[in-house]
Amino acid sequence: MSAADLSIGGARAALDAGDLSAVELADAVLDRASATEAQLHAYLLIDHEGARAAAVAADEAIAAGTAGPLTGIPIALKDNMVTEGVETTCASQILAGWEPPYDGTAVAKLKQSGAVIVGKTNLDEFAMGSSTENSAFGTSRNPWDTDRVPGGSSGGSAVSVAVGSALGAFGSDTGGSIRQPAALTGTVGFKPTYGLVSRYGLIAFASSLDQIGPFARDVDDALTLFEAVAGHDPMDSTSWDGAVPDARPTLDAGPEGLRVGVVEEMNGEGADPQVLARYREVLSALESAGATLVDVSMPSIAHPVSTYYLIAPAEASANLARFDGIRYGHRADGETVEELMARTRGEGFGPEVIRRILLGTYALSAGYYDAFYGQAQKVRTLAIQDFERAYEQVDVIAAPTSPTTAFKIGERSENPLAMYLSDVFTIPSNLSGHPAISVPAGTDDAGLPIGFQLLAPALGEPVLFRAAKAVESLMGVSARPRLEEVAG
Amino acid sequence: MIVESASGRWEPVIGIEVHVELETKSKMFCGCTVDTEAEPNTNVCPVCLALPGALPVINERAIEWIARIGLALGCTVTPDTVFSRKNYFYADIPKGYQISQFDLPVCADGHLDIEVDGVASRVGIERAHMEEDTAKSQHAGDGGRIHTATSTLVDFNRAGVPLVEIVSRPDMHTGAQARAYAQALRQVVLALDVSDAKLEEGSMRFDANVSVRPEGEPELGTKVEVKNMNSFRSLERAVDHEISRQIAHIESGGTVIQETRHWDEADGRTHGMRTKEGSSDYRYFTEPDLPPMHLDEDWVAPIRAALPELPEARAARYRQMGLEAGAADVLAPASPRARELFESAVGAGGDPRQVANWLVQDVTAWLRKADTDLEATPLSAGHLVELGRLVDDGKLSSSAAVMVLGHVLAGDGAPAGVAEANDLIQISDAGALESAIDEIIAANPEEWERYVGGEQKLTGFFVGQVMRVTQGKADPKLVSQILRDKA
Amino acid sequence: MPIEIDVAHVARLARLSLPEEDLARYGEQLGLILEHAAAIQGVETEGVEPTAHPLGIVNRFRPDEVRPSLDRGVVLEQAPDSTETHFRVPPALDAS
Repeated sequence: MSAADLSIGGARAALDAGDLSAVELADAVLDRASATEAQLHAYLLIDHEGARAAAVAADEAIAAGTAGPLTGIPIALKDNMVTEGVETTCASQILAGWEPPYDGTAVAKLKQSGAVIVGKTNLDEFAMGSSTENSAFGTSRNPWDTDRVPGGSSGGSAVSVAVGSALGAFGSDTGGSIRQPAALTGTVGFKPTYGLVSRYGLIAFASSLDQIGPFARDVDDALTLFEAVAGHDPMDSTSWDGAVPDARPTLDAGPEGLRVGVVEEMNGEGADPQVLARYREVLSALESAGATLVDVSMPSIAHPVSTYYLIAPAEASANLARFDGIRYGHRADGETVEELMARTRGEGFGPEVIRRILLGTYALSAGYYDAFYGQAQKVRTLAIQDFERAYEQVDVIAAPTSPTTAFKIGERSENPLAMYLSDVFTIPSNLSGHPAISVPAGTDDAGLPIGFQLLAPALGEPVLFRAAKAVESLMGVSARPRLEEVAG
Repeated sequence: MIVESASGRWEPVIGIEVHVELETKSKMFCGCTVDTEAEPNTNVCPVCLALPGALPVINERAIEWIARIGLALGCTVTPDTVFSRKNYFYADIPKGYQISQFDLPVCADGHLDIEVDGVASRVGIERAHMEEDTAKSQHAGDGGRIHTATSTLVDFNRAGVPLVEIVSRPDMHTGAQARAYAQALRQVVLALDVSDAKLEEGSMRFDANVSVRPEGEPELGTKVEVKNMNSFRSLERAVDHEISRQIAHIESGGTVIQETRHWDEADGRTHGMRTKEGSSDYRYFTEPDLPPMHLDEDWVAPIRAALPELPEARAARYRQMGLEAGAADVLAPASPRARELFESAVGAGGDPRQVANWLVQDVTAWLRKADTDLEATPLSAGHLVELGRLVDDGKLSSSAAVMVLGHVLAGDGAPAGVAEANDLIQISDAGALESAIDEIIAANPEEWERYVGGEQKLTGFFVGQVMRVTQGKADPKLVSQILRDKA
Repeated sequence: MPIEIDVAHVARLARLSLPEEDLARYGEQLGLILEHAAAIQGVETEGVEPTAHPLGIVNRFRPDEVRPSLDRGVVLEQAPDSTETHFRVPPALDAS
């Protein structure tokens, strides 16, 4: 077994025991990337030099006894996380070549923790999509079946963890962009409570929904990664200024006594039968292990996709207005500055981004605001109230992560609405700002991974991780994709 | 208020929007220095340059200062308020939206009292809201003229400087009122010490909304926004010009269209600007990056308590102290040093009217002539009190007192010493004056006879003669007394 | 029924220069998406406050303190066009 196949916990033990050096670990991971990238295209940029330098520094820290949980651990970052001096593109032509003069807060924290940053992973342009097919720099492929998408938008990060071209990775989740690719690649994907991880230096898609979170091979690792980046940041006014809830003490408390909500409106209707079967199987296993299943109703969740696809594009239409060809990134010619901006944006953004900018601009425009954006914000309030009522009766809520397993590349790219509907189970916790996690729950008949999703109330990370760990114990850690099929 | 023209009687209606840059240490949403005179693009960071991933954080002092402005204008501070994004594209707007406020301004519903030619009126303040300034563009190219410019150079130092927009109600009707309003507002801002409010540097800027309607018509006419006035005088001229233009336009069969017009100081006219592509649809929505502000009475109370005395209230107090309205109105908004001298001198027993008159007339004239500031002179409250006492004791004539004041300002010493040294002390000794008076009577027997015969106006003649021979040092009151005694 | 929108106007507002044929396609797609999204208009929201921020936090202020700015050379290096001191763009349409 290569060191690239270790969990973070396993690698930590080996590094601390001196059985493995951070440089050896980094090399193993870089080798794995070399072997798989041609097929999978998880990365937009691999920072060989930076990674080796960080590994050397990590070995020194380990020798000096100052290592932390992530010292020497190879980590991948979604390319919408701003990294000083390392090209950051958001998978968009409009930002190609941009070398940021600063690190985002989460990135700075990871660097301080001694993590080895391997590179920047592929995504749907500006995190808009569920497949990475909207990347301006090519689609990433699912290591379980390279004709299929890895999910998105954080597809590259998911793939890197699934195949060992990183031991852990970070993505961002606006409507399911961590949890859905985690489900489709057999990894653990966690979206924290809105505000627990600073958004400073995360290139904004939809500010009131975006949240950075980890991909890992097991629940323990996901928690370790989350702990490294969580905490109040004075640079992000929406960051939570209280203590980060500590999920460690109750992590292994098991499923007994847990009240697990099964939501009538999120019970998997419309999902693939095999996904549904797995979902019910996990619920039964939880019940057998001592959890109580409680039926709850959340009528306002009935329109999550509609609500989301008005709010997120509206915010995005403003967030992406700064890409005007003046201060950085791509610039088209123009006789006037107006023409320059319009051409820069028209040719710099890909079709999905343009679609969402148009949609959001329309939803905010005079005469349509109340019927679309205004109404969506009110429905959002109702959805949050539904959740609050539900959490009076239950500790966590269970749902499938994605209605289907990984779909074929190209299958949905001509039908935006069908693509949007694949977020139906993940969107509600973005609307509410609540934490949610996807854990592997086996595979379908074709051998494609299926995810099981757990949701908890705001700051409910302890009970969420406890439930996730319980599911993992019951279902087993996901198998790994067969590398011989993806290694070049 | 009513303009009469060939076709009838018109009522102009004017509202003013004033932008004030706050002089906080750092910008509205980031830690860059507020210094618009710095080298271009040196006070910039990820936030004010709108680099991808950067986020704004509210500068609390700016919110305190807009509340200060609002409270001084009698506004209510909105207890629950938010920032909004105002979306529009411009090279000066780095984010493609300006963080501003929409339907919940920090301050609303105040007023400012103004006076034009002795007629007082009250201008309503609709709102004062918080926003951020734009970058500064300069047009480069042939001759630097805009229409021949080949490129525009952009400096982001000003981008993100805290900006307060104060919107009046359409309560003014003449250019003079518009000017008085803008001047009064500037005095308030200066008194609050939140901005240098320099018109020429653009830290205070105003736009006027002008419309006209036939007298008695309840509906407002179509308003035109007039921009680019950079002095109080040009504000007044621009408004008056725009009123005439609109009336003439309507009279010649035209219709006023809603537009923005540029004031051209050189030709004294307003000019329509080429309309921007597309109509303005700012698509305001609540800024998701900034949580709401809850500015309850606990938050407002200390700001209210710390409000300095405003020019208007101070003028009223000065009038109560016995000052004439003119002197009170000049002294109330005068420099802090002038007010301090006045208040300490009066506190130490000086006569308010006398001290005020010296300060607003003689000292001001001397400073202007010497081209210096009050702070650069050694004049103290003690000097003013001493000078007053010398006059009261009859040792200095009022004209001599002004000369002494000049010497004190010039640093020649304290009043008594200066008066002494310059031989300005009045002759208040009756004996010394009597012989001089006798000589003059002897030299002018005819006049003396008429004076004795009751021709009172000859008093002036004799006093003048005495003053001449005593080189102005005689106490004129005492001279008159002696003349009366001798007659 | 798909919703018909003036997509050219929306594109102008969004400062997007797009070829005619693309505009038409976007218009159709948006019409379909909006038709689906319009479902929320049937939700009773009388008296419901809109949610703009998921966490109920208020008054996140920073003290009025200066922090270091970026180096001008680094900033201008990323610009598509600049002088030694300024960002450079073509003149504005309405600057007359």
